[in-house]
Amino acid sequence: MAFRTDQLLLGDRADAEIERICAWLRDTVLGTLKRRGAVLGLSGGIDSSVVAALCARAFGPDKVVGLFMNEAESADDTARLSRLLATHLGIATVDEDISPLLAAAGCYARRDQAIRTLIPRYGAGWKCKIVLPSLLDSDRYRIFTLVVRSPDGEDLSARMPPAVYLQVVAATSFKQRTRKMLEYFHADRLLYAVAGTPNLLEYDQGFFVKNGDGAADVKPIAHLYKAQVYELAAALGVPGEIRARPPTTDTYSLPQSQEEFYFSLPYQGMDACLYAKDHGVPAAEVAGALGLTVEQIERVYRDIDAKRAAARYLHAPPFVLSPPAP
Amino acid sequence: MIDDPVKLRLRAFVAKNFHLPDPDSFDDMTSFIDRGVIDSTGVLELVTFVEAEYGLAVADDEIVPANFDSISALAGFVARKRS
Repeated sequence: MAFRTDQLLLGDRADAEIERICAWLRDTVLGTLKRRGAVLGLSGGIDSSVVAALCARAFGPDKVVGLFMNEAESADDTARLSRLLATHLGIATVDEDISPLLAAAGCYARRDQAIRTLIPRYGAGWKCKIVLPSLLDSDRYRIFTLVVRSPDGEDLSARMPPAVYLQVVAATSFKQRTRKMLEYFHADRLLYAVAGTPNLLEYDQGFFVKNGDGAADVKPIAHLYKAQVYELAAALGVPGEIRARPPTTDTYSLPQSQEEFYFSLPYQGMDACLYAKDHGVPAAEVAGALGLTVEQIERVYRDIDAKRAAARYLHAPPFVLSPPAP
Repeated sequence: MIDDPVKLRLRAFVAKNFHLPDPDSFDDMTSFIDRGVIDSTGVLELVTFVEAEYGLAVADDEIVPANFDSISALAGFVARKRS
């Protein structure tokens, strides 16, 4: 039977999967971790919305706290959609403007200092993002380009030397790490667990910041393809506006798709390629199903392997030696 | 046979900056990516190195495995750019 992209969908198993996750959440958080509920950051996106809905169902809405952790560069609809979700679920929320914390840590200043080594005019009122070349167009290595926009709307771009790229990413990671610090503050004061929100694509491919959004006590959807997360969202009654919102990183001040920043294809294609690669489906079959060439699918397969290799560091716990021999 | 000085310089840079798990089995044709020696950040370091070391301007569309995935490929790329 030829490969079809809908093979990975849950279909009529979605409700059973929701119940399985909720039972696992109760066992793990209440039983194993001895915590009494869940804290999570809300982004207005599909993943955090589904995790919030799962936690509300597992523990009851009164045992879930959603955090709004906007900062100066958050997308305009992040706060509104987060509130919409929290109201819909009836969970408690806490508003945490993280901009002062980020400014105090030098998140913006350290990033901007690195950018100015390439674009000296960059400063107040400018916006930025980093973007990858399309994997579909050529076999170019996926090396980031810095894109900035002046207050007048002038766009400039430049390839980033290693030191600039690494400092921009390191400084920007203050955002995810600051949010996690606050999640653990609220979890500790309430004796709750922190629920992480990565889906399978993000978890497998390392699309997270180590000790930032990669940190959590439970990750209830890390085994689910993005399309399956959308299925759960529908089954859980997540508001349609959130389900219709295109996935975004919401990390840089210029709008940035997840394909520009990390993945080689939109999530539907990434789901299909990850599933097919892990199930031994030949590239030719996937190419036919996605309307791409075999060469393009083989590039995606290689990119999946490269990202898995890079993700080993992100997943690794601290290494320790065994005791010395007596 | 006398070694190409560019290859020698590239080998020294790679050996100094990247971990080679089994240096004895690493020759000029060994794929950096297949052997897990460098990732995309490592490629960026190689690009920056050859630009600075040999005064070259590397275009984005030249940053491909055919030019950057082994000592031989890189030395050949440098030679073509310098000619």
